[in-house]
Amino acid sequence: MKKTVFLGALTVAGVAAGASAAATLDDVKARGKLNCGVTTGLVGFAAPDANGVWEGFDVAVCRAVAAAVLSDANAVEFVPTTGKTRFTALASGEIDMLARNTTWTFSRDTDLKFDFIGVNYYDGQGFMVPKALGVSSAKELDGATVCIQTGTTTELNLADFFRKNNISYEPVPVETNAEGQQQYLAGACDTYTTDASGLASTRAAFENPTEHVILPEIISKEPLGPLVRHGDNEWGDIVRWTLNALISAEELGVTSANVEELASGATDSPEVNRLLGTEGNLGEMIGLDATWAKRALAAVGNYGEVFEKNIGEKTPIGLARGLNAQWTDGGILYSPPFR
Amino acid sequence: MVQEHFAFVRSTMLPEAPPPAAERGVVKWLRENLFSSAANTLLTVVSLYVVLQIASSAAPWFLNGVWDSPSLTACRDILDGKMGGCFAVLSERWNQLLFGFKYPSELYWRPGLAFVLLFIAGAPLLFYKIFPSKMLIFTGLYPFIAYWLIWGGSVLVPVFALLGVLLGAFVYKRTVGASAGMAVIAGFVAALIFWMLSGFITGPMENVLAIEPVPSRDMGGFMINLMLGVVCVSLSVPFGIALALGRQSSMPIIKWICVVFIEFIRGVPLITLLFVANVVLAYFLPPGTSFDLILRVIIMITMFASAYIAEVIRGGLAALPRGQYEAADSLGLDYAQAMQLIILPQALKISIPGIVNVAVGLFKDTTLVSVISMFDIVGMIRGPILASSEWNGVYWELFGFAALLFFITCYGISQYSQWLERQLQTDHR
Amino acid sequence: MTTVSDPPKASFQLSQLIYDTRYRSYTFQFIALMLLVSLMAYLGANLVHNLAEQGQNIAFGFLAEPAGYDINQRPIEYDSQSSHMRASVVGVLNTLIVAFLGCITATLLGVTAGILRLSPNWLVRKLMAVYVEAFRNVPVLIWILIIFTIMTAMLPAPSAFRGEDPSSSMLFGSFAFTNRGVYTPAPIMGPGSLVVVLTFIASIFGVFYYRRYATNLLFDTGKLIPTGWPSLVILFVPTILIYFILGRPIGLDYPALAGFNFQGGIHIRGSLIALWFALAIYTGAFIAENVRAGIQAVSKGQTEAAASLGMRPRRIMNLVILPQALRVIIPPLISQYLNLTKNSSLAIAVGYMDVTGTLGGITLNQTGRAIECVLMLMLFYLTISLAISAVMNVYNNAIKLKER
Repeated sequence: MKKTVFLGALTVAGVAAGASAAATLDDVKARGKLNCGVTTGLVGFAAPDANGVWEGFDVAVCRAVAAAVLSDANAVEFVPTTGKTRFTALASGEIDMLARNTTWTFSRDTDLKFDFIGVNYYDGQGFMVPKALGVSSAKELDGATVCIQTGTTTELNLADFFRKNNISYEPVPVETNAEGQQQYLAGACDTYTTDASGLASTRAAFENPTEHVILPEIISKEPLGPLVRHGDNEWGDIVRWTLNALISAEELGVTSANVEELASGATDSPEVNRLLGTEGNLGEMIGLDATWAKRALAAVGNYGEVFEKNIGEKTPIGLARGLNAQWTDGGILYSPPFR
Repeated sequence: MVQEHFAFVRSTMLPEAPPPAAERGVVKWLRENLFSSAANTLLTVVSLYVVLQIASSAAPWFLNGVWDSPSLTACRDILDGKMGGCFAVLSERWNQLLFGFKYPSELYWRPGLAFVLLFIAGAPLLFYKIFPSKMLIFTGLYPFIAYWLIWGGSVLVPVFALLGVLLGAFVYKRTVGASAGMAVIAGFVAALIFWMLSGFITGPMENVLAIEPVPSRDMGGFMINLMLGVVCVSLSVPFGIALALGRQSSMPIIKWICVVFIEFIRGVPLITLLFVANVVLAYFLPPGTSFDLILRVIIMITMFASAYIAEVIRGGLAALPRGQYEAADSLGLDYAQAMQLIILPQALKISIPGIVNVAVGLFKDTTLVSVISMFDIVGMIRGPILASSEWNGVYWELFGFAALLFFITCYGISQYSQWLERQLQTDHR
Repeated sequence: MTTVSDPPKASFQLSQLIYDTRYRSYTFQFIALMLLVSLMAYLGANLVHNLAEQGQNIAFGFLAEPAGYDINQRPIEYDSQSSHMRASVVGVLNTLIVAFLGCITATLLGVTAGILRLSPNWLVRKLMAVYVEAFRNVPVLIWILIIFTIMTAMLPAPSAFRGEDPSSSMLFGSFAFTNRGVYTPAPIMGPGSLVVVLTFIASIFGVFYYRRYATNLLFDTGKLIPTGWPSLVILFVPTILIYFILGRPIGLDYPALAGFNFQGGIHIRGSLIALWFALAIYTGAFIAENVRAGIQAVSKGQTEAAASLGMRPRRIMNLVILPQALRVIIPPLISQYLNLTKNSSLAIAVGYMDVTGTLGGITLNQTGRAIECVLMLMLFYLTISLAISAVMNVYNNAIKLKER
């Protein structure tokens, strides 16, 4: 690890400036660590456990990329970002990729010069209210006080929703999910709104989750996905196809349990062979070795496993697959073929 | 003859009588200090009522406090409806509050030792009359030792940094005869070149005498507040001196550079400077360089503190009698000598209380880093601890603890400052 | 007599730039300027390069686009379709509101505590010392958070006021203290209310006129007429008379629970209260120290001299001590106001929508225009600081003129 703290800072002008921002892959390899931006803490998606080890659904994507590129799923530096800092952190090169339930929108993709490399969770914005309030629809929220995380698309959706339905509300802006949770529980706002998955995750951390309901209305489309800087297409391809590998693996029945066995020799399925590198040279095409996808899958498992482990129905968060099921199971998860 | 009419003449002295009961002891004190007039009596009664109210509501809270419980619900069960604090959150999370949630727990002794050594290093500076000036050598070494203890890694890094400083000082000493300004520049350049070159040595030899490195991202809690406070104040004193001298300078360009810098920094809130560190600074650095956040924050807070310290020192310079400057001139001392030998020692001495006040203010302001998602003690409380399902809803114990830590530190420093002020006063009269 | 030979005409040599004190300052200034210019150029080049690499630019056009978000406290007309510029203006006004309220409250608190710290009453003195030390030595951010916690976590939710047997009730039936803020009655301006307001304003001027008249009378003739109760009479009696003559044109709009929240009345939000009181109490502690130092700076001889002239203690305070103490108190007082205004940027910690929350918060997040937003934010605070400094200089010059 480079000691950038003191000497590095002083020698920075002369020596360290040599690295160009164009080749993120080389940077990551030279550094031996992937810098991955995540939330400051959202249980199930990205949160440090009691020992300070990050885990969660978004974290798994980071770990998969690290496993594919650096052969070590733990070679990730998790950088907690807020709604405010996430884009500058990525734009300035402080992080190599951002896996922080970030909604893919037109202006973020174009005006802010980022590349969304896919969708790892199809979400929508919902409302959570205490059961005692007796509200069954978001349209009954006229005059309600709404806690809302600033700097997110949910803030804009909220304004649009209430404007469209011609009802009034009182926004209470909060900076992080933790603050929103505290204010909501203290009753300082009637309802808390954010992505439905985030609501489920927040509710799971409550003392009495059953006293709160998530309203049926989903007021927006929130395709959440990892993103990278615009312009470095090689790096973008690596992250994109690592995510696709996780999704395809589920479709093809490759799991962390059987990946070693399937990769040990050619199987009947040519696509599994191509995915795991026993056939063809897909790894080489993205600048990695042949077994990149095998390492990623061995480290975190396929998409379904990641989902079940972190946010699935057996976890406290208890999200159903819904839209996020494979296209073969009635969902819209659809990875392009490995060919 | 007339004397005969007296019935009684005292021939012995009366022993001294004690003052009347109302004029002595507790009663006198009470009468004078608490009940001297009707208005005062009323004030006393009201204040007593307030004090009693606070004490009677706080006492059970402290006395019934629960120190051992895994979560808030369990704690409330133990309390069973009684009023009491759940101090268990402190006994369970003290390490996170002090060191952040990622600093390896088996290495807590390292920042702890650095903290203890801080007192040894600071003592000869703060109590220069009591401690031998030889101890200043340790003060000079302290930054490098503390850096090594806190961040870890190879011992070569701080050693070479120290050597660079020594080289710079040596070059300065050798060239100071020609021109002090040039000597400063020469010394600085020499040190810089040395550091650049040594980067090639420390790079490949990073395992020499290495202790386990800890990246600054893993630091948090009260440790960050202390680190930022100590580092930024000590860095900003030399910058502040330079700025103050620059502002007093007769050279218009230098003067205006300093004035604009000082007034700009003093005119904006610290939080906007932290925003700069957080979201803007990266745009002004060469592409590919990544300072970690803590370093960027140190840069901005140091700039902030320098501007304030510069104003304090300017006050000290202005307070010196004109005669001191003229006396130095009449001895034929040049600018550097006059400053070094006559002006600065006196001006700095007058400024110390002011500098300490700035330091206290700055130390309190280090909590603002929690706003830019750094996990200092306030950040730890508002983020990981209050958001955890175990401790959601514990406010007073946590905020009270943080307030207490700051109070102890800041009150201690300001008491020192007042003591020093008294010392300095007697020196002058 | 002329000298035997003129000193040799100094021919300029390059080494003089370093060794000759006459020229050395030019060298230094030149070097400093070069360093500054090259530093600027270096940073500027990096900026241009970084922006070009990311395909961005610096432009302020985004300010005219619709902001898209709502703000809860709106001193002026604003909705989510208003521009970012208007959102910033709302933020600026909110900053000024909290700064104004905070300065007034801090002054009241600070002056009271400062005078009480010199009280002959031991207990009061100690209590005030505890107040001053406790607040001066703990970061203002912690105080803001503590008061905000009191507001949100300790006060009852509006739903507690609902039902047959509510667990909370409104104070005097008109003030509701909830965890969303305090609801107070608001005045309703009926027809003729303008007359009442104008009468009140005229009364204020009347009081000043009367006091000046009393002072002049005192100086001219030595006749002392009371000022205390006549001032109160002038201030209130005409207004109250007019109010009733016009048939009580100003009514009160009481807050009432309707739907999720209280409706009607004035809603002072918890975030504003937290920020306002925390800043006021914190700054008040500093002002108390200034006031105490100011009063103590007036030498005891002044008090004794005044007493020997036969003046009563209150007059000594008003005519001898305060005029001299104010000269010491006011400059640091103004810089405390400045600090309070700058500290109000901590609003972001409690979600109060001041200029740091709108321009430096949501607008920055939603548009990603970090450089422009932070630049404008700094310029705003810089303007305020320089304006207050200018006022301070004017004041300092004013009191300097009176010195003899």
